[in-house]
Amino acid sequence: MLSVNRLSVHYGPIRALDAASIRIGRGEFVALLGPNGAGKTSLISGIAGLVRAQGRVLFEDREIGALPTEDRVRRGLTMTPEGRHVFANLTVAENLRLGAAIRRDREGVAQDIEKYLGLFPILRERNHQLAGTLSGGEQQMLAIARSMMSRPRLLMLDEPSLGLAPRIVAQMFDYISLLKEAGVTLLVVEQNVMQALKHADRAYVISSGIIRHEGKAEELRSDRRLIDMYLGN
Amino acid sequence: MDYAIQQGLNALAFGSEYALIALGLALVYSIMNLMNFAHGEIIACAGYSMYLAILIGIGSPWLVAPIAIAAGALVAVLFERIAFRPVRHAPTTTGLLTALGVSIVVQNLLTLLISPRPRAVPVFSELSRTIFIGPYAISLLQLLELAVVALAIGGLVLFLKHSTLGLAIRAATREFSTVRLMGIRANRVIATAFALSGLLAGIAAIFIIARRGSIDPTFGFQPVIKAFIACVIGGFGSLGGAVLGGMLLGFLDVAIIVLLPQEYGGLRDAIAYSIIAGLLVWRPEGLLTRRIELGDKEI
Repeated sequence: MLSVNRLSVHYGPIRALDAASIRIGRGEFVALLGPNGAGKTSLISGIAGLVRAQGRVLFEDREIGALPTEDRVRRGLTMTPEGRHVFANLTVAENLRLGAAIRRDREGVAQDIEKYLGLFPILRERNHQLAGTLSGGEQQMLAIARSMMSRPRLLMLDEPSLGLAPRIVAQMFDYISLLKEAGVTLLVVEQNVMQALKHADRAYVISSGIIRHEGKAEELRSDRRLIDMYLGN
Repeated sequence: MDYAIQQGLNALAFGSEYALIALGLALVYSIMNLMNFAHGEIIACAGYSMYLAILIGIGSPWLVAPIAIAAGALVAVLFERIAFRPVRHAPTTTGLLTALGVSIVVQNLLTLLISPRPRAVPVFSELSRTIFIGPYAISLLQLLELAVVALAIGGLVLFLKHSTLGLAIRAATREFSTVRLMGIRANRVIATAFALSGLLAGIAAIFIIARRGSIDPTFGFQPVIKAFIACVIGGFGSLGGAVLGGMLLGFLDVAIIVLLPQEYGGLRDAIAYSIIAGLLVWRPEGLLTRRIELGDKEI
């Protein structure tokens, strides 16, 4: 579904991502793991078109590397940025509506809003509250629901567990797994290695801007050497 | 009593004009961090569109007014497309200098192509009548201005609250790249913000023309300086702040004229700006804005 070929990202003289290549099959849940500053966010921002990147990005067999972010989203590839970035000065309902901005099927949109308010009941309670007043976990739920409103076929999540209480983290991964069951292909950046490997099918390990390893999640989980080397603990 | 009502109305009319222009500045600033000093030239172009309309024989105010509004929106969108889009990702100072450049170029073009001298635009002379509501003599123009500005602001609020593009504009004031992640085209959001600011500038131009009856190339300069100050008072980038700042400035202007003895008339602006400076010492970020995070610059 997604094939990234030798993607590089530079910030001035600093090379944040060095010729990274990854592939994701339809319906897969792939984790992208690595220490701080490894280039994880650069990779998915490059795929989403939020930063300038060299290399090829094929999505559903079409080259999208030259398209602006908006057009990539319109083709079914989206990203939930780190730190959630909900529209703090808009209500929960308005956030969800903007998530569906590219859709013209009013009924479908209304159904989807119902669906995600059902999945995240706390959002229904807070429907008319400003998103900036939600707690971190609630904002993360809103950010994910908002991304889902555009009906993406590939969703990239950047650190969905960042800054959340441990109990909420486990819950968040349960929600993410539900999305996979609903047929969404997932690429999830995580520092919470064990949680990510528990739910993902496959994982890439990245450090210093280079993809170091790729493999099945369960195999990686038992590979102490690799985990010690790149992923700490 | 009569006098007080008349001056109150004066203040409201001045204030609403400032508010209208300040709103245009704030709209653009809030999503692009661009201080659009060329906003005055949008007003001037809208004004000259009325002059040209009359020149080619369109005399009815009912036709000339919409032409001015459309011209304002069109010119604003053109400025964005030609001048501001290429420097969108440049540092803010570049945008500021670009805006100053556009302002100078357009002023000179108007001088060269039309005339450096004022031209009469007599189309709204009908409006300078006094009407009587009960015992009170009230200027029709001011009443109309208040009503139109209230309508325009109401319309803008409805648009920003209920249309998808309006929501996107509000969201983009803080999270521009996230708005793009919703699949909403950045160019469309920005062009819409410019069009709205031009629309408001066009409406402002109509009322300035109605009051002055003539137009010259520096037509928009003074009002934009006032609107800029209104934005500073209200808090830059805050739309509510722009309206509040404009209204306050209108009342301040009129209050100083009314209260100041005639022989000190020359001190009018000095006093107004001193009061504003004092206000900013008290609230440096303006009246209606959230406190800016200064990080380690905070003292």
